[in-house]
Amino acid sequence: MKIHEYQAKELFANYGVPVPQGKVVFSVEEAMAAAQELGAFPVVVKAQIHAGGRGKGGGVKLAQSLDEVKTVAGEILGMQLITHQTGPEGQKVRKLLVEQGLNIAKELYFSIVVDRATAKIVIMASEAGGMDIEEVAASSPEKIVKVPVDPLLGIQGYHCRQAAYRLNLPAAAIKPFIKMVQGLYKLFLDKDCSLLEINPLVLTADDGIIALDAKINFDDNALYRHKDLQEYRDLDEEEPLEVEASQFNLNYIKMDGNVGNMVNGAGLAMATMDIIKQAGAEPANFLDVGGGANAEQVENGFRIILSDKNVKGILINIFGGILRCDVLASGVVEAAKKVGLNVPVVVRMEGTNVDEGRKILADSGLNLIGAKDLKDAAAKVAQIVQ
Amino acid sequence: MSIFVNKDTKILVQGITGKEGQFHTRQCIAYGTQIVAGVTPGKGGQKMDDVPVFNSVYEAVEKTGANCSMIFVPPPFAADAILEAIDAEVDLVVAITEGIPVLDMMKVKNHLAKSKTRLIGPNCPGVITPGECKLGIMPAKIHKPGGPIGVVSRSGTLTYEVVHQLTQQGFGQTTCIGIGGDPINGTNFIDCLAAFEEDPDTKGIVMVGEIGGSAEEEAAEFIRANIKVPVIGFIAGLTAPPGRRMGHAGAIISGSSGTAQAKIEAMKNANIHVCENLGTLGELCKKVF
Repeated sequence: MKIHEYQAKELFANYGVPVPQGKVVFSVEEAMAAAQELGAFPVVVKAQIHAGGRGKGGGVKLAQSLDEVKTVAGEILGMQLITHQTGPEGQKVRKLLVEQGLNIAKELYFSIVVDRATAKIVIMASEAGGMDIEEVAASSPEKIVKVPVDPLLGIQGYHCRQAAYRLNLPAAAIKPFIKMVQGLYKLFLDKDCSLLEINPLVLTADDGIIALDAKINFDDNALYRHKDLQEYRDLDEEEPLEVEASQFNLNYIKMDGNVGNMVNGAGLAMATMDIIKQAGAEPANFLDVGGGANAEQVENGFRIILSDKNVKGILINIFGGILRCDVLASGVVEAAKKVGLNVPVVVRMEGTNVDEGRKILADSGLNLIGAKDLKDAAAKVAQIVQ
Repeated sequence: MSIFVNKDTKILVQGITGKEGQFHTRQCIAYGTQIVAGVTPGKGGQKMDDVPVFNSVYEAVEKTGANCSMIFVPPPFAADAILEAIDAEVDLVVAITEGIPVLDMMKVKNHLAKSKTRLIGPNCPGVITPGECKLGIMPAKIHKPGGPIGVVSRSGTLTYEVVHQLTQQGFGQTTCIGIGGDPINGTNFIDCLAAFEEDPDTKGIVMVGEIGGSAEEEAAEFIRANIKVPVIGFIAGLTAPPGRRMGHAGAIISGSSGTAQAKIEAMKNANIHVCENLGTLGELCKKVF
C-alpha cells in the first residue's frame, strides 16, 4: 500500500523525525490560510498524489507571497499531473501540502529497504540527494553507502555512524542524524514498511537535518495487523475496477489492450497475458482468481472484465488442481447467464475433472469457444478481436 | 532417484485440523505419502482420520520419528510455525501458506541460516517425487513417475502447465519443486539446480521463473558454470507493467532490474534453451531432451 507525502510526514513526526512545518489543504482558500499561518515566505506548494516525479511534472512550486500562493495553488489543484510514474493520462490533484521554505545547505538521499537476496534490512544514504537514485546507482555507485542490518540483531549505533560519517555531515549534525535513523528504523519495523525513502533529506544552513520529502510503502501481507493504517488508504488514487476486485479477493490490474482474461494463479496469469500478446493481440488486464476460486468469484471476475469497455473478447485459462474443472465450468455458465455475455469467450481448461467440465460448457448453449491447449486458445481469441 | 523427498520421507503436518490442512493431507495420503503426525496446538491427543495430532512439533518428532514438516498454518502464525519446526530439527520444512509478512520471513530466513533444516516456500505448491512422495497441493494426476526431467519453478499453476506439457510429450519427472513466489523464501533456484546435478537420474531440467528480483539471473550464471545436463528456461511476465505487484509479492519490477527481457537475456548468455512462448514448451522439450 502506498500513502501520500503528508501522511508519511505525519508518521515521521510521531517517531521524532524532523519535518518542515506544513498543512494539507483541499482548496485555494485553505492554501492561503495555511501559508498565512506559517507566517513567513517563501512557502512551498506541493501536489499530493501517489506517483513520484511530481516536481518535474510541475506539481511542486515555490511561492514568495500570498498572491503567488493563490496563483500556484489554483494552477496545481485539479490539474492532471503527468509524471514518469502516472502514465500518459496523469493523475488528478485533489490535495496540496503547503510547507515552510527551508534554508538548504545540502541535499542528501536516505532510504530503508528490504534486501530480498540477503534477507537483511538495508539503510542506504548518499550525498547525491535530490536526484533519481537509480541513475546515481548506475553512474556512480560509490556515492551510495549501504548498511545492512541483521533483523535478529537490530539496529546498532555503529550502523548509524557508518552512514553519518560517509555523508560527510558537519559535527553538529551527526547526533540529530543518528536519532533520525533510529526513529525511522523503528517506524519501518513497527508498521511493516517495505520501502521508506527521503529524497531529498536536507542539511539546513544551521546544521539541522530535515526530511523535505517522504515516501513510505507498506507490505500488503502485513496490513491485517495495522488497522490504524487503513485510514491512510486513498481510494481516489487507485483504479476503481481494481478497488472493486479487491473487495472480492480478486487480484486485478487494468491494462490497455482489448483481450480480457481470467486465470487461476499469478504465474500462469502472467504467462497467459504474454501468450495473448505473442498471438498478436493485447491483454486488457491481469486477473488472478486464485487457487480456490468459487462460482461467485468467477461471476464478479466476469463483471469486472466486462465493465472495461475496450474488451472485445475474453480468454479463460484454468489449470484445475485444487479447483475442479466441473466446478469452474458451472461457475462460468452461471456467471455468463447472469451477467449477460456480449463478447465471445474462449475457454481453455485442463486438469482435474476436465471432461465433465468441457461437457458442461458444450451443453450450456452459450457462445463459449473451447480450446484444446494454450496455444490454440491464444490464437482463437486473437483472431476474434482482430 | 530424486531430490529432497522420496518414499522414505516421514511427514508431519502443521495445521492439519484446518480445512486446507485436512483436505490436502488426505490427498497426500491417497498418493501413498507417509504422513505420520499432525500438529495443532490445543488439539493434542485427537486424530485426523488415522493420523495422531500433537500439541507441538517437538512431541510429534519424538513420538513418530517424522523428519519433515508441511505447513498449512494461516499467515499471522506461519512464521512461528516454521521457526518451531526449525528448532525441532526436522530436515525439511515445506511452507504452503500464502501471505506471510516480509519482515516475519526475514527473521525466519536469518534463523534458518544457522540451522541444518531446508525450507521450501512459503507461498508454494510444494515438492513431489512422482510415484513416491507428494508433499504439497499440486494435482497428482498430471505427473509421470520415473524421470528423467527435474522441474523447478517460482509459480504454482504455471508449474502444473509445464509438468502437464512434459507428461503429454512422454517425459516423466524425477522431482518437481515449487520454490514459491514470495520475495524472501527458503530454498532457491541454485539449491535445486545443484541437487538435480548431483542426481544421476535427472537428465534434463526445466526452470520456470518470473519477473522481479534477480534469482533467475543468478541461477543462469550458476547453470553456465556448473550444470552439465540440458536446461530449458521460461520466464513469465513479458507484458507486465513496471512497478506493479502481479499477484506474487516478489513479482515487482523496480527500475530496469528484474524485467523478463533481462532474465531471458541472462538465460540465453548461459546457453539455456529459452522457451519464449509457453504454448510451445512441450515441442521444445522434445527437441532438447
